[in-house]
Amino acid sequence: MATDPNPIEHLIGLLARLPGLGRRSARRAVLRMLMQPEQAMLPLAEALRAAAAAVQPCQICGNLDATNPCGICRDSQRDQGLICVVEGVSELWALERAHAHRGLYHVLGGTLSALGGIGPEDLAVQPLLARIEGAAEPVREVILALPATVDGATTAHYLTDRLRPTGAQVTRLAQGVPIGGALDVLDEGTLAAALKARRVV
Amino acid sequence: MAPASALLLTRLMLQDFRSWPSLTVPFSGRIVLVTGPNGAGKTNLLEAISLLGPGRGLRGARTAELGRQVGGATGGVALPWAAAGRFRDPFGQEFDLGTGTPEDGPPERRILRLDGAPVRAQSLLAERVAAVWLTPQMDRLFQDGAGDRRRFLDRLVWALEPHHAREVAAYDQAMAQRNRLLAQERREGMRADAAWLAGLEDAMARHGAALAAARRGLVARLNALMAEGVTGAFPSARLTLQCPVAAALAEAPALAVEERLRADWAASRGRDAAAGATLIGPHRADLVFTHAPKDLPAALCSTGEQKALLVAVVLAHAGLIAAARGFAPLLLLDEVAAHLDATRREALFAALAELPAQAFLTGTDAGIFAPLRGLAEAFRASPGASPGQLVADMDFVVPDAL
Repeated sequence: MATDPNPIEHLIGLLARLPGLGRRSARRAVLRMLMQPEQAMLPLAEALRAAAAAVQPCQICGNLDATNPCGICRDSQRDQGLICVVEGVSELWALERAHAHRGLYHVLGGTLSALGGIGPEDLAVQPLLARIEGAAEPVREVILALPATVDGATTAHYLTDRLRPTGAQVTRLAQGVPIGGALDVLDEGTLAAALKARRVV
Repeated sequence: MAPASALLLTRLMLQDFRSWPSLTVPFSGRIVLVTGPNGAGKTNLLEAISLLGPGRGLRGARTAELGRQVGGATGGVALPWAAAGRFRDPFGQEFDLGTGTPEDGPPERRILRLDGAPVRAQSLLAERVAAVWLTPQMDRLFQDGAGDRRRFLDRLVWALEPHHAREVAAYDQAMAQRNRLLAQERREGMRADAAWLAGLEDAMARHGAALAAARRGLVARLNALMAEGVTGAFPSARLTLQCPVAAALAEAPALAVEERLRADWAASRGRDAAAGATLIGPHRADLVFTHAPKDLPAALCSTGEQKALLVAVVLAHAGLIAAARGFAPLLLLDEVAAHLDATRREALFAALAELPAQAFLTGTDAGIFAPLRGLAEAFRASPGASPGQLVADMDFVVPDAL
């Protein structure tokens, strides 16, 4: 393709590298756009250019937004004493879609992995501690919303240790039965976790 | 007539699987015997059956290795393969289970179909089919290191508790990361992050205690069953799990054991860094076999006695699966009779005739199976000129239909 400057193939190649898109779906998308370049293609090009120019990571929490600090960090209606720690922006967006968290966020940028060569200094741990130390309103609680994997659990354990001196209460998400889920199709590990995390009704 | 609680394989179809270009064979016996010279494809047949269930089969082979090789020893290619079985469950319901590589898919991808529909979870498969096996490779269990015996035990646990595999993997992963951190510390002279190590040791403690408890529970249940005499006239074995973690679980609650493990690992970081390995934990466990009637450790037993011990454990395991699932698993016994003397062979055949399970036996010499005449359905496999043939052995009278 490097020797072939065909713009259609070039465009398909670029799109096919995106997550969730293969060559087949990239080809379909390109064909649809080429049928209506004015309505479908130029606005997209403009939107891409504008987003690339404006969006940047938030200096406080690491979220991606067109403003810095991001819209969530600037929202004074949100609970400033409650910080939810997530692995990445994708998890932050998932929680925002659920409208379940009314506090602030902190994007870690990954989880600890000795085998993957990701150590504490590669994650936004120091910024999290500095942010809690320097907060105008004291941070009462840090929620660890990390994946239920070995690396996620190790990272949570690590953060709990590092957060202890701040005096903030550290909590983590519950693990167990999904909403609308039947018990008999759950795997043994999830069932055991759900049983362990049972509570009085 | 088979007891109602046996799962039965009534037909096997193979396409380009290992040495078999194509084969369709109906089974009507509760004991099925396949004899033939070396290289006739007898073990491949058992392997195909073992793949009609959860896991990677009795050789633990990768999917891409299973297709029939064409184009010579060098530069050959493996063909897409398929293996399908028709089963009859204890309630008389028939179902078809097929596996293989998709025609147009990558050779390392294996699909499973239950009555034509894709099987999404291995746990669904486990509810319908199960198989236990004994192969000549397992004879080495008594000579090789503890690792092989540990894996043998973990496979037995896993067949009953599918979640066990994940506990083992999680424990191994956390330990590998701890070892990596300690190695870095030693190499670079830099202090490893204590909180990070503690996080990994916490994961090891949680998963390690869980997997040690599962192993301990299974060993106890197997011993109880063997002591009850499930193996009939067959000499029974006694299993001992040598593992300080499992032993501690007998005396203290799991949470206390986890706490102690965390403390032990935290205290042994320097020593483990120097050794380049984690020196204590359930990953060091060993499984010791004892010949129960003689009260003799397996390592001191003869080859034939060792084989007898393995048979006893496999039969007891089949009994546990039968109790847990409500149907007896298929027994795949590869070259199992060769090392046994005439008395033991007859005891084995008697035990098999008593068990409510369908058994597949292979051997090179049809003569030693003579006591099974009238009990077993027999086939001869032949290599070479007409591969892929399985001929009914008329020396054996076909028993009553199932």
